Amino acid sequence: MLKMNHLSKVYRTEVVETYALRDFNIDVKEGEFVAVTGPSGSGKTTFLTIAGLLETFSGGEYHLDGIEVSQLNDNARSKIRNEKIGFIFQAFNLIPDLNVYDNIEVPLRYRGMKGAERKQRIMDSLERVGLSSRAKHYPAELSGGQQQRVAIARALAGSPRLLLADEPTGNLDTQMARGVLELIEDIHRDGATIVMVTHDPELAARAQRNVHIIDGQVVDLSEEPRFHAHAGEAAQGQTL
Amino acid sequence: MFAYYLQLGLRSLRRNPALTALMVIAIGFGVAASMTTYAVFRAVSGDPIPWKSDQLFVPQIDSWGPAQGRQAGDLPDALSYTDAMALMRAHVGHRQTAIYPVGLSLIPPGQTAKPIAAHGYATYTDFFSMFDVPFQYGSSWPVSDDTGRGNAVVITRKLNQRLFGGADSVGKVINLDGSDYRVSGVIRDWNPKPRFFDVANGSGFGGEADFYMPFTRAIDLQIGTGGNNNCTKVAAAGWDGWLHSSCVWIAYWVELPTAAAVTRYRNYLKGYAADQRKSGRFDWTPAVRLSDVPQWLNLQHVVPPETRVSMLISLGFLVVCLVNTIGLLLAKFMRRAPEIGVRRALGASRREIYKQFLLEAAAVGLVGGVLGLLLTGVGMLGVGLVFEADVARLAHMNLSLVMLTVLVAVVATLLAALYPTWRAASVQPAWQLKSN
Repeated sequence: MLKMNHLSKVYRTEVVETYALRDFNIDVKEGEFVAVTGPSGSGKTTFLTIAGLLETFSGGEYHLDGIEVSQLNDNARSKIRNEKIGFIFQAFNLIPDLNVYDNIEVPLRYRGMKGAERKQRIMDSLERVGLSSRAKHYPAELSGGQQQRVAIARALAGSPRLLLADEPTGNLDTQMARGVLELIEDIHRDGATIVMVTHDPELAARAQRNVHIIDGQVVDLSEEPRFHAHAGEAAQGQTL
Repeated sequence: MFAYYLQLGLRSLRRNPALTALMVIAIGFGVAASMTTYAVFRAVSGDPIPWKSDQLFVPQIDSWGPAQGRQAGDLPDALSYTDAMALMRAHVGHRQTAIYPVGLSLIPPGQTAKPIAAHGYATYTDFFSMFDVPFQYGSSWPVSDDTGRGNAVVITRKLNQRLFGGADSVGKVINLDGSDYRVSGVIRDWNPKPRFFDVANGSGFGGEADFYMPFTRAIDLQIGTGGNNNCTKVAAAGWDGWLHSSCVWIAYWVELPTAAAVTRYRNYLKGYAADQRKSGRFDWTPAVRLSDVPQWLNLQHVVPPETRVSMLISLGFLVVCLVNTIGLLLAKFMRRAPEIGVRRALGASRREIYKQFLLEAAAVGLVGGVLGLLLTGVGMLGVGLVFEADVARLAHMNLSLVMLTVLVAVVATLLAALYPTWRAASVQPAWQLKSN
């Protein structure tokens, strides 16, 4: 479903180039639930944004659902994001001026879906996250857990084959986090591929497979004991 | 998506009412100032006879010579009687007429009515067909009245209303300065702005004339000009002395429907001027000029310079308002960078972001245009404070100005929105989502 070979991401300024990802390799199969862990600044989120076609990469190859994406233009990348990928963010990222219904409708609008089908999908996804009665509420009127459920409903409404979650429970208390995680597991059981970035070992343990990133590279934890020693380090910088 | 973006745009207007109000006010005032001055400029600079303004020409002849420090090309703006009559006799154009304004005392029918001052023109019958003057009743007088100094008259609808209550007065008689004239026709309301055939007398934007009479009859009755009479030398005494002086006071128009006719007439004019020198009337080679209606209005500086200046100033004001709008739109759009990031993540291409934000700007422009319309209406009431009454009176609000005002507001706002929208579409979704 998602395959990166020798992928690199470099941020360049006039005096320094910083590798966020370097010789990065990962292969996520269709239907897998993968947790991506690593210390802060290791490149987890950069990996996720590149995987979600929100950012370009500097070198290497990235195949998403069999398509090599590096040469795609903005329209094609946007279409893939809209049709194949669902996002769940730590900060929920709901649009504050739109009510719950309108928030969930956004990706369906970009897909050019008819009104009746949009409505059906929105109500189905709201029912699935248990917020049918909140369709007319605005994000500010909901709790953090409810907002994250709306974000999940928004991702679900488009029936994505790949769900990318960035610390989906990071801003939630334990009880709310449990509910959100159960929802994600439900989605996985329904056949979606899930890639979840987290720094919570308990959360990572719920995934089928863990991928650990340190200094912008995937490492094998059994051979690489540096996890604790490097925790908190920023990605490697190289002065030109 | 158009309806969706329009809905988002209108919702966005309510999001920051103060910011929205500032933009709407800036656009409204900028557009209103421009449209008010444009309304005046449009009124004074329009083509008064667009369907044949390139076929109507004014011949000029340098009958004064290089005397009195005049510069080359500065030809008299009227013809002397001698030249006008020579051109009429030659009859080289398809149609031609000499014209001069007259002011006469009109005695209305009835024993007790008091005389009224009537303003009109002495001209030839070709005047009416050359300038496509519309008739309500009757027609212009026959050519025989031109050659035979007939006592025909064409009166305007307004005078016909006053004298005959608006009834068909063809064949009836009116008395001008003690002489009777038979009404041959009544013309509908017709007062081209500017009054191109007589711009040398007044601003060109005066009120409608009352009557038109045969040129030959006016000369026969020794009716002097009611307009300008410019002389370089003192004329000999008496009516004939004036007629045969170098004084210029007659407007002259000729209709030349084809390029070949124009060339022929130009050659004729040059030949005529050369002949005048040969005959000893001029001791210089007289320059000649043939100008069509737009060229003539330009030569005569019919468009008051203050209308041009005020329009430029108000356009400058509009630009300043738009620069402010750019800043306000930029602030409004960039506050929504997180929303843009989310929309991009959910599948919006840059093109979709452009559409959304340009439509939102168009909604601001539309509301600004409505305010601009109201303010333009107020501006129309105040143009008399800036421009001469004759000119200010011409500015009026019509459907085309209403549509133009709204269009200018929307287009100007869209132009102002280009940079803020480009910035909005350039928002990096990854950075926005990471920073949240």
